[in-house]
Amino acid sequence: MENTTNDYSHIIGWGFDADPTNEPTHPMKKYTGDDHKRLNYERSVQQPLTVEILHSNERPNITAVFGTSTPPSGLSGSIRRYAFKHSENEYLHWLPLLLADRVNVVEGIVDDLKRGHIPNIFAEKGWKAKWKHNPKGLALKVATGVALTALVFFRPKKSKAKKA
Amino acid sequence: MLAMNYRGPRRVRADHKPLPEILHPEDAIVRVTRSCICGSDLHLYHGLVPDTRVGMTFGHEFIGVVEDIGSSVQKLKVGDNVIVPFNVACGKCAFCKQELYGNCHESNPQATAVGAIFGYSHTAGGYDGGQAEYVRVPYADVGPTVIPEWMDHDDAVLLTDVVPTGYQAAEMGGIKTGDTVIVFGAGPIGILAAKCAWLFGAGRVIVIDHVDYRLEFVKKYAQCEVYNFKEMEDPVLFLKKITDWYGADVCIDAVGADASGDALQTITGKKLLLQAGSATALHWAINSVKKGGIVSVVGVYGPTDNLVPIGNVLNKGLTIRANQASVKRLLPRLIDHIQAGRLNPKGIITHKVPLEEVADAYHIFSSKLDNCIKTVLIPPSAKK
Repeated sequence: MENTTNDYSHIIGWGFDADPTNEPTHPMKKYTGDDHKRLNYERSVQQPLTVEILHSNERPNITAVFGTSTPPSGLSGSIRRYAFKHSENEYLHWLPLLLADRVNVVEGIVDDLKRGHIPNIFAEKGWKAKWKHNPKGLALKVATGVALTALVFFRPKKSKAKKA
Repeated sequence: MLAMNYRGPRRVRADHKPLPEILHPEDAIVRVTRSCICGSDLHLYHGLVPDTRVGMTFGHEFIGVVEDIGSSVQKLKVGDNVIVPFNVACGKCAFCKQELYGNCHESNPQATAVGAIFGYSHTAGGYDGGQAEYVRVPYADVGPTVIPEWMDHDDAVLLTDVVPTGYQAAEMGGIKTGDTVIVFGAGPIGILAAKCAWLFGAGRVIVIDHVDYRLEFVKKYAQCEVYNFKEMEDPVLFLKKITDWYGADVCIDAVGADASGDALQTITGKKLLLQAGSATALHWAINSVKKGGIVSVVGVYGPTDNLVPIGNVLNKGLTIRANQASVKRLLPRLIDHIQAGRLNPKGIITHKVPLEEVADAYHIFSSKLDNCIKTVLIPPSAKK
C-alpha cells in the first residue's frame, strides 16, 4: 500500500486486506504514501527571520515561509508569548490569545492617539451605512446606549439617598 | 498603499500602509484588482478567532496583476492576471503532494491544525490579505493561476474561495444520484454548495436559513427548496418530516461559528466565547441526516471546542467530512464548469464598493443590510 521499509513478514496475514482505494478522504486527497515519509520532504529555502515570529510548539521549527504582519508587541505581545509556551491542545494557548486580542484593541487606540490620530470609531463601525440602510436600528442602538448609561449614573444616587 | 486595517471587533478602516516587499525567492507582489469580503471574514470581524491582531489587513479572496516576482519564480511573469487561491501552499510537503493544499505544513508557523490563509489572523499564518492595493503572495509558482482571457474577472475573483468551497462542500458529501441534500446557511458558500449539489446528481436540494431575502435569492439562483427556520418550532423535526421521517442523505454545514437559531449556542459561543463560536448549524446537520449519512462541514469554527452531539454521530454511524477547500486542486474543473455555462459565479455579486468604504462594506455584509449577498471591494489602483 505504501513504501514502508519495515519488514512485517513475521506477522501472518499482514496487509492481506489492504485496499488503497479505501481512502475516506477521497477525492479531497490523492493518496501517495507521502504521509509515511513524515517531514522528510524537500523544503523551500528558509525565509529570513526579520521580525519576531511565535511558532506552535507542536512543530520543530518555523515554516519555510511565514507572514510578517503585526509582530507581537506591548502587553498583548507578552501575553501572546506566554500563550505560545502551551500547545494548541491547551486552553492556556487559546484563551490568553483571545485576552491578548482584547488588550491589543486598547493598545491600538493608544497607538492612534500617540500618532496624533483620533480614531473615528463610529466610522470604523460602519455607522454611516447603518444610518443609510437601517436608521431605525441605529436609533434603537443609540437609545439603548443612552438608557443604559443613564441607568449606570442614576443607580448610585438612589442607594446614597436610602443610606441618608 | 491603501489597505483595510483591523482595529478591533466590528471596527475596521481604510488606512495607508507600507507597500509589501519580496521576502523570499518564491514570492510575488500582486496589485489587487478585486477582492471580496468572505462570510468567514466576519468571524474575524466579530472577534471570534484567537490571535487576530490589531493592524492586520484581512482578505483571502482576491485577484490581481503580478507586479514583481522573486528570483525563483518561473511560472508567472510580470503583467499576468492571476487568481490567487486563499490557501498559501508550498507544493512540496506531504500534504501538498497529496493535493491537500489547504493543509500545507510549510506556510503557517503559528498552528499545526490550520494551513495558512491570506489575511486570516496569526492562527492562519500572519499574512496580510488582499483587501488592499498590493499583496505579498508566497509560493507564487504553486497557488496563483493565470486567468483565462475569456473569463470575466468577476467570475475569477469568486474562484479564489467561494466557488471551490461550495463545490468541495458538495463533493465531500459523497452525493449519490437522487440523494436528498440539506444545506444549512444561505450565505455565498451555502448558495454555491446548493448549486453544486445538482452537479453531483442530487435529487432534492433544501436550503435552511433565517434571512428571507437570502432564501429568496438561493431559491432562484440554485433552483432549490428553501425554508426559514424562524418559522419552525423545531427545525430538525421539520426536516425529518419533509424527508419522509428518514433524514437527509447528506447535510452540509455552510454556516460555521456565527450561526443563529439556538440561544444556548449563541450565548456560550458568540457572547461569552466559552466555545469556538456557535455550533447550531453543525448540531442540526448531525441530527437531520439519516443513519449512516454524511455530514460535510465547510463552515469555519475557531480552534477551541464546540458543543455538538457527538454521541449521535456514533450511534447513527455518521461520516463527518471536512476541510478547507483545496482551491488549486479544484480550479481546472471549476474553470471548465464556468466556460461551459454550468456555473455562473458572478451572479451572486450584489455590491461593488470602493476599498475606501471598507468599514461600511463590512457593516452592510455583517448586518445583512441592503439585500447583501456578496461584496466586492475595488482598490483605487485597480484601474491602473
